Amino acid sequence: MHLFGVIITGIGTIFLFLGNLGILRLPDVYNRVQAGTKCTTLGAFLTIIGVGIMQPAWFWKALLIAVFILVTNPIPSHAIARASRKSGVPLCDRSVVDKTREFEEYEEKG
Amino acid sequence: MSIKNRAKSFLYLFLFLVLIWLCLTSTFNRQELFSGIFISLVLALFFNESYLRLGLPPLTLKRFAFFIVYVIVLLKEIIKANFDVAYRIIHPKMPIKPGIVLIKTELKSDIAKMILANSITLTPGTFTLDILRDKILVHWINVKTEDIDEATKIIGERFERYLRVIFARNLH
Repeated sequence: MHLFGVIITGIGTIFLFLGNLGILRLPDVYNRVQAGTKCTTLGAFLTIIGVGIMQPAWFWKALLIAVFILVTNPIPSHAIARASRKSGVPLCDRSVVDKTREFEEYEEKG
Repeated sequence: MSIKNRAKSFLYLFLFLVLIWLCLTSTFNRQELFSGIFISLVLALFFNESYLRLGLPPLTLKRFAFFIVYVIVLLKEIIKANFDVAYRIIHPKMPIKPGIVLIKTELKSDIAKMILANSITLTPGTFTLDILRDKILVHWINVKTEDIDEATKIIGERFERYLRVIFARNLH
């Protein structure tokens, strides 16, 4: 059981590492938000659940923390991305489509 | 707001808080249990109005079953898409095709739209930038289609078909 927990935590740590690598490698703010918050979702989730499996007495506590992370994690990433769109941060030049204009027209139309 | 609604929201909130307390203390020790129930009672008394304002639909067995299925689908999508994004990050050439697309939603209530938007954000590869009435602005790391209907089918539909049942007005 302990070994199983260690493995789960290890996988979580790998995802956390990949998330950070993504922040370094990806080209613009929006893609970095993708990496920075997404890989971290599963990373943090698995790490905490793994700790819960290693110490069965903490399992329910760990599960509760994991659920809270799952519920609250989208909000900061959404806030960062929305703020950068509102302040006009451009997309990287590898982007293929940008429907922001269409959305703004829809917004003005009321 | 009717007394019945208030009593119901009070009860749900109370049970929810007790459940959280049990998770946190993970013991059935009598002292712990009683202090937990007391604190939950006080909190539920003070906050049942804000719980009511969330506009959650009344709990039925069908809704609960669909919610469980929805959570399983969400977890499956999160894991699947996490591997996808991880692959894109480690690949030396970074096979990304980022873009911002629009999708539609048929959901009406605010809380349902919030859950849909947060589910889209939780699934790696897509996240919600903005939401207005029935249109959601989504950033997509690997754009497969620019068409609004097809994008809706790929991004939103897998969650929305469960949420539509959960948040349906009158359910039989």
